[in-house]
Amino acid sequence: MSEAPAILAEGLVKTYGTTTALAGLDLTVPAGTVYGLLGPNGAGKTTAVRILSTILRPDGGRAEVLGKDVVRQAAAVRRRIGLAGQYAAVDPNLTGRENLRLMGRLAQVEPSYIPPRADELLRSFDLVDAGDRPVRTYSGGMRRRLDVAASLVQKPPVLFLDEPTTGLDLQSRQALWNTIRTLVHEGTTVILTTQYLEEADQLADDLVVIDHGKIIAQGTAGELKRNLGGTVIELTMGEDTDVDRAISLVGAVTGSEPERQGALLRMPSPDGSHLLTQMLRRLDDEGVQPTAVALREPSLDDVFLALTGHAAEEEQASENGQGNGKPKGRRNRRAS
Amino acid sequence: MSATTVETGRLPVAKRSTLAKEFNDGRAMIGRNLIAYKRVPQLLVFSTIQPVIFVLMFTYVFGGAIKNSLPPGMNYVDYLMPGIFVQTVVFGSLAAGVGLATDLKSGLLERFASLPVTRSSVLVGRTGADATRNIFVVILMFIVGTIVGFRVHTNVFGLLASMALVVYFGYALSWIFATLGLAVKDPETAQAAAFPLLAPLVFASVAFVPATSMPGWLQPWANNQPVSSVVLATRALVNGGPTAHYVFWALFWCTVVLVIFVPLGVRTYRRAI
Repeated sequence: MSEAPAILAEGLVKTYGTTTALAGLDLTVPAGTVYGLLGPNGAGKTTAVRILSTILRPDGGRAEVLGKDVVRQAAAVRRRIGLAGQYAAVDPNLTGRENLRLMGRLAQVEPSYIPPRADELLRSFDLVDAGDRPVRTYSGGMRRRLDVAASLVQKPPVLFLDEPTTGLDLQSRQALWNTIRTLVHEGTTVILTTQYLEEADQLADDLVVIDHGKIIAQGTAGELKRNLGGTVIELTMGEDTDVDRAISLVGAVTGSEPERQGALLRMPSPDGSHLLTQMLRRLDDEGVQPTAVALREPSLDDVFLALTGHAAEEEQASENGQGNGKPKGRRNRRAS
Repeated sequence: MSATTVETGRLPVAKRSTLAKEFNDGRAMIGRNLIAYKRVPQLLVFSTIQPVIFVLMFTYVFGGAIKNSLPPGMNYVDYLMPGIFVQTVVFGSLAAGVGLATDLKSGLLERFASLPVTRSSVLVGRTGADATRNIFVVILMFIVGTIVGFRVHTNVFGLLASMALVVYFGYALSWIFATLGLAVKDPETAQAAAFPLLAPLVFASVAFVPATSMPGWLQPWANNQPVSSVVLATRALVNGGPTAHYVFWALFWCTVVLVIFVPLGVRTYRRAI
C-alpha cells in the first residue's frame, strides 16, 4: 500500500516519576486497517493511546494522526479521532440518546445531523429500547456498547478502542467485533488495545506486542503464532492405554515424536485442526482412544513466556486497577 | 450561522467561530449538568431542604435569643434572610467540586479531552449549571422567607440586585471548589475537604448573628471576611441604609476569587486528566 499511514509514531517516551510507561515506541499504522496493541496490564498500551489521542503529551518522540502532529496540531487531531477508553465514559444521568447527542455537539457535528445519527447508533448497538432511559439504569454491557457508540457519533476516520470488550459477555463481544469489522470495511482505521490474543487474532490485520513500553514483537497474528509454535495439540491417554504405542502411532502421522508428560502427549500443530483429525483417525483405526483431546491456542501468557521469558503478570495495577486508569500520583505536564 | 462544510470526519462539521464554539460547548455542558438536577431530584431537594430548616430553626428557635443583640427596631427574619441567601449558595458551591471529581473518576473528562471542545467549557459548564441552580434556589428561599415574615424594605431593584450579587458570589465560589475537586480527584474527599473550609466562613460571620456578640479577637474576621461582606451588601440592598461601601467590598471579594481561581481551576483541570 502506497497510501500515507493513518498513524505514525517515532520514539515515543513517557515517564511517570521513576516508572517508564513508554520507552521509545515506534508505530506505523496503515490506513483502513485494524491495528492491535497487545500486552499485559502496565505494558504501556493505554499510555500510547492517550498520547495518540492528544490527552497526554509525550516526554520524547513525536506522533502524527492523519498527518497532523498530536502535540502541535492537537485540535486538528481531535476533529479526526474517536476514543472509547477502558471505562464506560458516559454520563449516567443522561439517557443513552442524550449522551450520543451531547458527544455529537461536542464533536462539532452540524446540528441537523446529530439526532438522526444518534438514532442510527442506538439501532446498530441494539439500544433502541433503552435509548430514553438514564444510563445509570443500564447493565455493564449496555454501558460499554453506548460508550463505543459515543466514540462513533462524528464518524471519525481514526478510532481508538482501549480494551473495548473488557467486561463484556461473549455475545456482546462478538457483536462488537462485527461492528468493528463493518467500520473498517467502510474505511475507518482502528487502533485496538487488548489483553486477549484471540481478540487481536479475530480483528487485527497487524499487531504489536508491547512489554515495558517497548515493542517486543510485531507482525500479523498468524506470523506471531507461527513464530511462537502455533497451536498445541494435547492428548491424554487412559490408564489402560499403551502410551508408547500411542506415541509411535502419533509420531508416524506427525513425523516427529510428541513430548510426553505421564499420560499426556503434547505436540505443536502448525496447521491447526487438520493434523489433529488425521491423528485421531489413525489412533481410532488402531483401537487407541485418548480420554481427553485438546487443541489449545497459544494464550497471551504463552506469547509472553516465549518472547520475554517472563509471564504476563500484572506488573502494576496502573492500567486497569484504578478509577482513572492511572497509578496514583501520575500526572502529565501540560496536557493541552 | 453555522455554514456546513464536510471537513475531515464523514459527518458534516459545523463551521463555528471561536466565540460561537465556546458558546456551543458551554451551553452543551451546562445543559448536561442541569439534566442531572432534573434526573436526580434529591440533589436539588437536599440542597434546598437544609436552608429551609435553617430558616425555620433560626427564626423560631434562636431568633428570640438573638433578637436582643440586634440594632433596635430590626426584625430578626429581615436580618436573617440575606444571611440565608448567602449561606445557601456557599454550601451549594461544593457541588462543583463533587461533580467534577465524579466526572474525572468516571473517565468522562478524558473523553471530553479527546474531543474538539473548548478547554474551559467543562469548567464553565459545571459552574454555569450551578449558577443556574442557584437562581432557582435563591428565589425559593425568598418565597420561604416571605412566608415566615421577611419583607423587602427597599424596592424590587434592590431585591433583584441582591439576588444577582448572591448568585455571582456563588459562581465565584464554585471555581474554588471546582479547583479543589480536580485537585483531590475524588468526590468523597472533595465533599469532606469542603466543610472545614466553609464552616469558619459561614458560621464565624455576620450571616446569622451580629459580630458584637462574638469575642473581640474574632470580630475583625467576622466583620470583614468575604461571606460577611456579601451578607452585609445583600442586607443593605434589601433592608436599606448605606449600600455602596458594602457592595464595593462584596464585588471586590467575588472578583478576587475569580481572578485567582479561574486560571488556577483551568490549570488544575489540564493537569488532572
